Amino acid sequence: MSQPTPSLAVELAGLALRNPVMPASGTFGYGQEFAPYLDLEKIGAVMTKGISLRPKAGNPTPRIAETSSGMLNAIGLQNVGIDAFIRDKVPYLQTLNTPVIVNFFGNQLHEYIEVAEKLSDIEAVDAVELNISCPNVKQGGIVFGTEPCAAAEVVSGVREKLNKPLIVKLTPNVTDITVMARAVEESGADVISCVNTLTGMAVDIEKQCLHLANGTGGLSGPAIKPVALRMVYQVVRAVSVPVIGIGGIMTAKDALEFLLVGATAVQVGTANLVNPGAMSEIVDGIEQFCRDKGIDDINQWIGSLQE
Amino acid sequence: MQNLKTVILHNREIAPGYYRMAILAPGYPQTAKAGQFVMLRVQLQAQPLLRRPFGIFKTGTLPPECSGMPPREFVELVYKVVGSGTELMATLQRGDQVELLGPLGEGFVATEDENPILVGGGIGLVPLFKLAEDLCRQGRKVRLLMGGRTRDDILGITEFERLGVETYVSTDDGSLGEEGLVTAVLERKLAKYPGAQVYACGPTPMLNAVHAICATHSTPLQVSLEALMACGVGACLGCVVPGKEHREDEPDYLCTCRQGPVFDAELLQWPESGGAA
Repeated sequence: MSQPTPSLAVELAGLALRNPVMPASGTFGYGQEFAPYLDLEKIGAVMTKGISLRPKAGNPTPRIAETSSGMLNAIGLQNVGIDAFIRDKVPYLQTLNTPVIVNFFGNQLHEYIEVAEKLSDIEAVDAVELNISCPNVKQGGIVFGTEPCAAAEVVSGVREKLNKPLIVKLTPNVTDITVMARAVEESGADVISCVNTLTGMAVDIEKQCLHLANGTGGLSGPAIKPVALRMVYQVVRAVSVPVIGIGGIMTAKDALEFLLVGATAVQVGTANLVNPGAMSEIVDGIEQFCRDKGIDDINQWIGSLQE
Repeated sequence: MQNLKTVILHNREIAPGYYRMAILAPGYPQTAKAGQFVMLRVQLQAQPLLRRPFGIFKTGTLPPECSGMPPREFVELVYKVVGSGTELMATLQRGDQVELLGPLGEGFVATEDENPILVGGGIGLVPLFKLAEDLCRQGRKVRLLMGGRTRDDILGITEFERLGVETYVSTDDGSLGEEGLVTAVLERKLAKYPGAQVYACGPTPMLNAVHAICATHSTPLQVSLEALMACGVGACLGCVVPGKEHREDEPDYLCTCRQGPVFDAELLQWPESGGAA
């Protein structure tokens, strides 16, 4: 007799997801790029790349380098800007029967707020993710993500103008991530996603030069998973809002580890670049795990770590 | 475009450091265009993590291995061992599993010009083979200028000649063909065949020099670029190149994997000096 299909549905601040698997911003383009390889209606949500008030060129090349079980990137948040996003990308996103989350950022406080206001007006956008954690831009970004007062200011400013669930994405490049998590929770974050990439660098001993034109970049991939898992574990215990776990998730087993320590959902990043069908395989793997373990609802697994 | 979990049909060294790999690839003979590429995942583990992009050398169909079996459609790559990914590739054998994403990107556009001239340097000769096949099939007189550091870098000369391509070889050390740069041959050919269309693939200094020469002769040029890539589908933006209008304050980046790897040279920003070659 076949077993009943387990429920993978989870909820993030009122946002219902059919399963807890979504892409990490910056690894999924604007969604449409992956449509030939992945059923976008199979994943929990679509997450678009970071959008800013004006188009952004990003950093010079080389922008990527491979390291041991990881990848360094210094793309520098290249994007089309909010107006072109609304004009050119939203019409496709509107056709999807999957929640759409838009990641956004600014250089200054007023830019964050202006973009938030514009995103509020778009019906096809179900939630937003506030990026205060990109390590690859000189202005804005990381400053807001590493100083609790600055983070609180931008989160509360955005919260005031936004009529949708607000996810705030944290950087791991801090001494104590729980301090930042509490600061953004207190100032209005509905959900916390963590972690962004770890700042790293790579050098070429033959040419005696840096691999990345930017010098440093954000490390992602399997290499960072233990660090990310530890931080998600800490943040889950420090706040009462839901947490999305991110960092080196390549397989269903990796995703299940983040859910076990208390993440309500996960974001898959570098794995999408390696295998554009990765998230579909992860959803299938989670479902199979639940069947094998006799778990009929994934929420029974979330946060069930025995200590 | 598809993501195939497939197997290797053969993988052998054809010159010191250069290998030729055929991979079972249903649909490729019908869909792959000259100048397109694939992203190859050589191991389903985390090391090496990223896929590697390779220009398509050839596609074709092998007869069934036994009666009742379907014919075996394949794609063939030629690669040079340069790092950990290609070192691992060189150890793979018939029957080993790989993942193949593609065919990807925009390829060459075979124009109607009277005199197609192909210019390839080293591994840059690879994507020119399928283009030469297409042009020869159209009954065109194809000239190929092959360049390399030594004779070992001149790839597939017999196969190009078998198509009916007129080949001209130059090597830096004079070990095959004439001694010197392939661009010197191009200068002569353009003087002889005005109204040519040039298609080029090779190292950046060579492409810079080819562009400078073509610009001087007002000759149209298509170039195939090589770039570091993570995804190959236009998502990560790791492989961008500056477009013609690119300025620091007014960005105009082109994505090599999606808008290329073959570009009309007029769309790109080139060094004013004409390059280092």
